[in-house]
Amino acid sequence: MNDWLSLTRLWAVVKKEFIQLKRDRLTFAMMVGIPLVQLILFGFAINADPKHLTTAVVSAEQTVFTRSLLSAMRNSGYFDLVATPTTEAEADRMLALGEAQFVVRIPPGFSRALVRGEKPQLLIEADATDPATTSNALATVLQLSQTALRWDLTGPLANLQPTAEPFELRLHRRYNPEGITQFNIVPGLMGVILTMTMIIMTALAVTREVERGTMENLMATPVLPIEVMLGKILPYVAIGYVQVLVILLAAHWFFAVPILGSMTLLLACVMVFILANLTVGITFSSIARNQTQAMQMGFFFFLPTILLSGFMFPFRGMPHWAQIVGEMLPLTHFLRIVRGIMLKGSGVAEVWPHLWPLLVFTGVVLAVGLKRYRRTLD
Amino acid sequence: MSDGAAVIAVQGLSKSFGGKTAVSGLTLSVQKGEIFGFLGPNGSGKTTSIRMLCGLLTPDAGSGTCLGYDVRSQTRSIKREVGYMPQRFGFYEDLSIRENLEFIAAVYEMKGRPAAVDAALQQLGLVQRQKQMAGTLSGGWKQRMALAACLLHQPRLLLLDEPTAGVDPKARRDFWVEIKQLAESGVTVLVSTHYMDEAERCTRLGYIAYGKLLAEGTAAELRARFAVERLEDVFIKVMEGVDDGVATKLAA
Repeated sequence: MNDWLSLTRLWAVVKKEFIQLKRDRLTFAMMVGIPLVQLILFGFAINADPKHLTTAVVSAEQTVFTRSLLSAMRNSGYFDLVATPTTEAEADRMLALGEAQFVVRIPPGFSRALVRGEKPQLLIEADATDPATTSNALATVLQLSQTALRWDLTGPLANLQPTAEPFELRLHRRYNPEGITQFNIVPGLMGVILTMTMIIMTALAVTREVERGTMENLMATPVLPIEVMLGKILPYVAIGYVQVLVILLAAHWFFAVPILGSMTLLLACVMVFILANLTVGITFSSIARNQTQAMQMGFFFFLPTILLSGFMFPFRGMPHWAQIVGEMLPLTHFLRIVRGIMLKGSGVAEVWPHLWPLLVFTGVVLAVGLKRYRRTLD
Repeated sequence: MSDGAAVIAVQGLSKSFGGKTAVSGLTLSVQKGEIFGFLGPNGSGKTTSIRMLCGLLTPDAGSGTCLGYDVRSQTRSIKREVGYMPQRFGFYEDLSIRENLEFIAAVYEMKGRPAAVDAALQQLGLVQRQKQMAGTLSGGWKQRMALAACLLHQPRLLLLDEPTAGVDPKARRDFWVEIKQLAESGVTVLVSTHYMDEAERCTRLGYIAYGKLLAEGTAAELRARFAVERLEDVFIKVMEGVDDGVATKLAA
């Protein structure tokens, strides 16, 4: 009698899973609806380059110079001058309460000192509790100090113009010249959404059978562990592709994210990534004793995936050990692949260094899962 | 398998879970076409015994064969030819009766599956309800469906774990008519039960308590041996004997 994988048995499990999936209308709707809602919500909501930040100005004087400075700040788009408190204490209060993100303090005698070439100080205080909010704005201010007074420092004051640098610095922001957050977020969201649904859905798959008592019946039949696992994985591959399709269409229509590389290559890499996540889910499912445990395992995996993969925070900004942990997560590699293909037009050669870790990961996790799947009730 | 060999022949099967003994030294021999009744209080080791026989649990000690296959090393062959009905309804409640049976038929890699499913539905009078979701069936119908699923791959041995628990008297009687017919056609049946009227219908009985097989024989033999009128008195006497023994052990 053959003890190998049987296509008849495998197909029986796949078909059964599909029927169950189809009957569970709410779950089915959520699996297709959630990606769309999340993509639109996060795609429009998340912005890594916040502008129009509330700014209070405490100015001891009003001269042509201070006016030029403040209008240069306003014109940069980062600062909205919302208040002009008259006292320092009032400005401090606004900063503390969060009414102002920045306080610009122009000391008395600023303009006179400037004209005399005494290099007076101008203080800008930022509420830096969230560094991401303020960093771009502060970088812009540094540049403004070079150029803001260019038109005022003429004639006898021309010698106060900032001296020219010995070389000209040119910056090319490649692959995303306008620095549009969505170009980074939307491909990343594809990875996050796939991770979440694939892992959670399959993590519940085996434990549900155990809890409902159908596992005992299943184990009493000749069905093999690999057939149960593959049979539960394959339907979700299809679901995963539906999600990817929904996300790509939305990325194109709502956010005009380019897809420079090969669509075929992208879909092939998606397959590897989906499989990697499904094996994680199914392995959790065979280790956990009930659905609650499986769910918790899913979340324990999910959090580092979001935080250490480079989705939320810059990967290169993490200490070395954290980068090693990050390298072990499938999402890290998928983000590089999907951003590479969509934004840089990467081909097979550029993608391969990030693809093989995914394959290794899938193989290792599947081996663990198969070993842990209980063939008997012992 | 030669005709004379026992369908179930196990010696000294033992199983414990985390130091707690569930079954100790079970020795059992059941012949072809027998209906062997497994009796005993809750937690006595009936379910564990049946699970060891169908390859769901590996015995800690002991050896034996089921349908001629070794209960340790040939569990896959056992699973192919045994029909096992767990105590708890083990089918998919969100699948219809027909879908459940089709799934089972495919998992056993049967040939001519639609016809086999039709025949099973016909045999157990489930044709009218074949499209009903298994989860919406009443206890009696669930049990009928479970039996149909169990018989689908034409097993030579049926292991039924309290199949009639929570089933009404009429359905129970129909069920036993079915079992009798199967036994007459040469299928061997091992069934656990708490009902004495069902025990009377078995060709042979085994009484198990504290993981040990304490008495064995036909209903008539057991009544004669313990000199009582009713079958349930046999088991009360058996239990008294055992409990006295336990009591003296504890006192010592």
